[in-house]
Amino acid sequence: MVRETDNTLIRVVPPVLVIALLIAIWWMIVASSESPIFPTPWQVVTGAWDLAQDGTLWAHIQASLFRVGIGFALAFLVAVPLGLWMGWVSGAFYTLNPLFQMLRPISPIAWIPVAILWFGVGNKSPIFLIFISSVFPMMVQTTVGVRTIDRRYLRAAANFGVSRSVLFRRVVIPAVLPEIIVGMRIGIGIAWLVVVAAEMVALNSGLGYLIMDSRNAGNRYDLVIASMIIIGVIGLLLDGATRLLERLKTVKWRYVR
Amino acid sequence: MSVKKKIVVDGITKQFGDLAVVGGVSLDVGDGEFVAIVGPSGCGKSTLLSIIAGFERPDQGTIRIDGVKPNGPSKNGILISQNGSVFPWLTVQENLMFGLNGASHGVKVELADRYIAMVGLAGFEAAYPYELSGGMLKRVELARALVVKPEILYMDEPFSALDALMSLRMQVELRRILDEERHTVLLITHDVEEAIYLADRILVLSPRPTTIQTTFHVDMPHPRKLSSPEAQGLREAILKKLGL
Repeated sequence: MVRETDNTLIRVVPPVLVIALLIAIWWMIVASSESPIFPTPWQVVTGAWDLAQDGTLWAHIQASLFRVGIGFALAFLVAVPLGLWMGWVSGAFYTLNPLFQMLRPISPIAWIPVAILWFGVGNKSPIFLIFISSVFPMMVQTTVGVRTIDRRYLRAAANFGVSRSVLFRRVVIPAVLPEIIVGMRIGIGIAWLVVVAAEMVALNSGLGYLIMDSRNAGNRYDLVIASMIIIGVIGLLLDGATRLLERLKTVKWRYVR
Repeated sequence: MSVKKKIVVDGITKQFGDLAVVGGVSLDVGDGEFVAIVGPSGCGKSTLLSIIAGFERPDQGTIRIDGVKPNGPSKNGILISQNGSVFPWLTVQENLMFGLNGASHGVKVELADRYIAMVGLAGFEAAYPYELSGGMLKRVELARALVVKPEILYMDEPFSALDALMSLRMQVELRRILDEERHTVLLITHDVEEAIYLADRILVLSPRPTTIQTTFHVDMPHPRKLSSPEAQGLREAILKKLGL
């Protein structure tokens, strides 16, 4: 018991101290330099509070989350079946892998002009960008997962003479599930990075738009910084939510031992 | 031999590239017989068993199970290997039910639970493999093999990853289970005492490309005492064949 309390203390206290220290340094530097533009932490808090009060902050958060949700869901629906297929069928792997390996290193930012050309400046552009940026990591993880399934499990399944559908449902998919979850974590992280970048270029809602708009509409750097912090916190929460999947009983074997 | 022949292996060879691994092995195993194959490490024992169990094809020679050439592995002969292959994402009970088909869910559960109890794991039906020790995992693997009622068990150094004490305990367990249920067993091992304790017949393999050097019959009643002069004499004779 004592040990566990110690652990929680060790996990919580030092990071909180580091963040508190950074805020203190920030405050001192801004106060001593008497910068007319760069805000103090308190100005950031009050600025964010005002936005939260009139409801615009929530609208922006909602807009960004909506785009991430749709884009990520589409990417998942495409990446997992395709990844399973490429992992299982060598022909599919050798045919498609070079193409995907070439598309994968193209920065999602580079797709922005193309996205605007194809989908205009509405919701579709950022959704497409999120899709294109999160589909490859999830697909690659799934493919690698299938290709690295321990042969002894496939042998055992063959030994018990199960049907192809049982082999897939009870052996292949559960064996790959931990890898799919890793892919989801990478995918959701990139999706969140990309939505903010995409919203900076087009659109009139979302946290990325909020940052650009705050700067353009009278150098409201308090709101710029507030948005950045909110983006960081939401990113952390999204990752945490995905990590909850690692606690599923059927994938725990991969993370213990 | 008066009993019917279960497994007949005739002149099988296997080569990997330039490396001849199995060099013409012929053997047969009677119905219900327990045959142990001992040999020096790296002599191709595992490859031999893998071929007999149907996971690999021989370059030459034939295998007949009940007089029929098998077409790949089947539920009739379950392989238990050194590393184990209990599915880590299924519970103990789900692992046992994996190979059962046809019967209703209730019947499967009942059957699985009976075999879980038989290997001494009652109470662990809902446990996941990562929650179990190495010895318990071996029991799960054994139970999963037995529950589908295979006529043949192929065992490839099944207990060698366990500590010495647990390995002995599992040998005793296996012997007890084989008294309850009749199976034909082909065991690969490098542990001469394990072979003497369990088998009716012991085949000694030569180094690679492996062939059968000698056959020893073990005519001692169970449960056997390894300290008996008879067992000790046999052990010496087998070790001598292995070059010790």
